[in-house]
Amino acid sequence: MSDQHVTHLDALESESIHIMREVAAECKNPALLFSGGKDSIVMLRLAEKAFRPARFPFPLVHIDTEHNFPEVIACRDKLASDLGERLIVRSLDDSIRKGTIVLKNADQGRNAFQSVTLLETIAEFGFDACIGGARRDEEKARAKERIFSFRDEFGQWDPKNQRPELWDIYNTRVHPGENIRVFPISNWTEMDIWEYIAREKLHIPEIYYAHEREVIRRDNGILPVSHLVQPKSGEKVEKMMVRFRTVGDMTCTCPVESHARNVQEIIEETAITRITERGATRMDDQTSEASMELRKKEGYF
Amino acid sequence: MSHTKQLLRFITAGSVDDGKSTLIGRLLHDSKSIFEDQLSAIARTSERRGGTGAVDLSLLTDGLQAEREQGITIDVAYRYFATPRRKFIIGDTPGHEQYTRNMVTAASTANLAIILVDARKGVLTQTRRHTFIATLLGVPHIVLAVNKMDMVGYAQETFEAICAEYRAFAAQLGAHELTCIPISALNGDMVVERGENLAWYQGNPLLELLENVMIDHDINTTDFRYPVQWVCRPMTSEHHDFRGYMGRIESGEIAPGDEIVILPSGRTSRVKEIVTYDGNLQHAGAPKSVTLTLTDEIDISRGDMFVKPARMPRVAKEFEAMLCWLSEAPLDLNRKYFIKHTTRVVKCLFARLDYRVDVNTLEQQDTVTLQMNDIARVAMKVQQPLVLDSYGNNRSTGSFIVIDEATNNTVAAGMMV
Repeated sequence: MSDQHVTHLDALESESIHIMREVAAECKNPALLFSGGKDSIVMLRLAEKAFRPARFPFPLVHIDTEHNFPEVIACRDKLASDLGERLIVRSLDDSIRKGTIVLKNADQGRNAFQSVTLLETIAEFGFDACIGGARRDEEKARAKERIFSFRDEFGQWDPKNQRPELWDIYNTRVHPGENIRVFPISNWTEMDIWEYIAREKLHIPEIYYAHEREVIRRDNGILPVSHLVQPKSGEKVEKMMVRFRTVGDMTCTCPVESHARNVQEIIEETAITRITERGATRMDDQTSEASMELRKKEGYF
Repeated sequence: MSHTKQLLRFITAGSVDDGKSTLIGRLLHDSKSIFEDQLSAIARTSERRGGTGAVDLSLLTDGLQAEREQGITIDVAYRYFATPRRKFIIGDTPGHEQYTRNMVTAASTANLAIILVDARKGVLTQTRRHTFIATLLGVPHIVLAVNKMDMVGYAQETFEAICAEYRAFAAQLGAHELTCIPISALNGDMVVERGENLAWYQGNPLLELLENVMIDHDINTTDFRYPVQWVCRPMTSEHHDFRGYMGRIESGEIAPGDEIVILPSGRTSRVKEIVTYDGNLQHAGAPKSVTLTLTDEIDISRGDMFVKPARMPRVAKEFEAMLCWLSEAPLDLNRKYFIKHTTRVVKCLFARLDYRVDVNTLEQQDTVTLQMNDIARVAMKVQQPLVLDSYGNNRSTGSFIVIDEATNNTVAAGMMV
C-alpha cells in the first residue's frame, strides 16, 4: 500500500470527509444544503463516508424555488428516504406569500431569490453552519472564497475581509446570529465530480443523461419547454438530443446538445468540451461579469 | 487512467511585472484548460480597457469586481487544471509587498512553489522574500522560473548567472529541492512545449516538471499521527455497542493489531478495526480519513491523539514557534487568544517575543509587538497540553492558527520549532 500513489479522488474525498467532521464537531447546529443535483448527491455520499455507521449529525435542507425539474425533486426525496435522514424543505412560495420576495413577473428566474428563503430558514432553525456543494472551479467569485466562509448577521459575504485559511486548520468560531457556509468540495472540478459519480456508481436524475427534449432558442441559449417556458411568437419549438450539465431553475437552466447516455460518455464529453459549466447552462450568471459575486454578497450560497 | 492521477498543489510567487499571471494563463491555455467562453470574456475586457487586440492572458486570474476595476489582485485565488497524469491546484497570490500573509496562506498547503524572476532583473529583494516564505512554510519543492528569456536574447549565460546567485542564496535557507528553468511565458517557450529558442536547456519544460516531480514523500510516512476528530456512537440496535474514533491519518500508517498510545493521557491500547464505508481495511496510511475501533474501553474525546509508541511526539504546555501575524490589528498582549492545533482548541499566552525577521534582508530585529505581515520567533504557553511535532518534521502536527477571542478572527499562523 505504501508503494501506491494516493489518487486525486482519494485525496479529495479524504479532505471533504475531514471538513464535514470538523463541522459536526465544532458547530452547534449545522445543516447540509441538498438540492438533488449531482454535486449535492456527491455530498451525500461523502457524508455517508464521514459518519456511517451513525446517522448524519445534521438535517438535509432544500430551498425549493418551485421551478425545479420534477426528476430532480423525485431524486431528492428518494435519496433522503433511502438514507433515512431528515429532509427539511422550505419553498420560495412561502417567502412570496409573506411578501419577503416580490417578483416582477410570475415566471421570472428565481435563483437569485433563494438567498431570502435561505436566510429565513437559517433564522427559523437557528443554523450556525450550512454545508453547501459549491466548487471553486464553477465561477471566479467562488475561486476566491474560503472553504469555511464567514457570513455576518445579514448573511453577507465580504470578499475583502475573509478569514485567512491555512493548512487544513479551520476556524469555525462565530458569534450568535452569525453563520458559516462550508464548502467541502471546494477543490473538486466538474470532471472530478463525474469521475467520482462513476467510481461510486451514484444514482443521479435521468435528465443528466442525453434524452430527446422540446426546446426553444432564446438569448443565445437553448431553453427547455415546460409549463414555465412556452414559446413566444416567432419562436419555434424544436426536438433535440440534450443533457443538462447543471440542474437549477427551469426558466434559466439550459441543456447542452449531447449524445452521452451514460457516465463514461459524459466524462468523455466533459474532457473535450470547450465551454465552462455555468457559461453553457446558466443564463442568470451571464447578465454581468460580477453576477455571482453580487449574489453572494447578498447572502447567496 | 484518470483514476490513478495524483494531486499536486503549487503556488506561483512573483509580481505582475514578472509575468506571473501570464505564466498561469499560459499553463492553462496551452494545456487546453481555458474554455471558449472564458477566452471571449477576457477578450471583451481587453478590448474595453483599450488593449492592442492580443488577448491578455493575465486577465484570466482576475476574480472580483474590485480587482477588475482596479486591475489588481487582492487575495488568494485557487485555479484548477488537469493533464492525463495529474490534477493541479494553483494557489494564486499577488506579489505586492503588503501581501506576505496571502503567500503564507497559499504556501501552507503547497507541494511546490514556482518563484518567478525577470531575466533582465535577476534575483531581487522580493525573490529572496518569496523564497524565505516558501522555505519557512516547508514547501518541499522549489522551482526558480527565469522568465522573459525572450527579452535577453535567450542567453544561456544570463540564465546561468541568475541560477548560480539564487542557488547560493537558497542553500543558506535550507531549501529542500531546487530546480532552475528558463522560460518565456509570453511566447510559451519551455512552459508546456519546449519551443525552439532554448535548445541549450537540457531539462524538461515546466509542465513536465510539474507532472513528474516526486511527491509521495511530501507527507511524513514514518510517524503515525491520528488526531481524534469525532467520536462515533450510533447507539442503534444494529450498532449498539459500537464506539469508533473518527479522524484523518495525518502521517504514517496503521494496521489492526498495532499498539497505540493515546495522548496526552499516555494510556495504551491496540487498534481492533479500521472501519470505512467501503468495508474494513487491513492497512491505511496518510492522508486517509477513517474510523478506528480499539480493543479496550478507554475514555477518549476529540482533541486526543493516537500515536505509535516507537516514534512519539512531544506533549507540552510551552513551546517555541515561528509566527506570521495575519491580522490588521496588531498583537495586543492584554487580549485573550486561542490556539487551534490539530483538533484541539486551547487558550494561549505569548510568553516571549524573541525577534522579528525583516523578510527583505532576513535580519533579526528586536520587537515588542507584531504587526500584519510580521514574521517572528516567539515562545508560547497554553492552558492545556498540546501533542506536537516540529513543523520541519511534520507539517500537520507542527502547525497551528491563533484566533482572537473577541473578534473570532484568525490572526496568526504558527509553525512549531
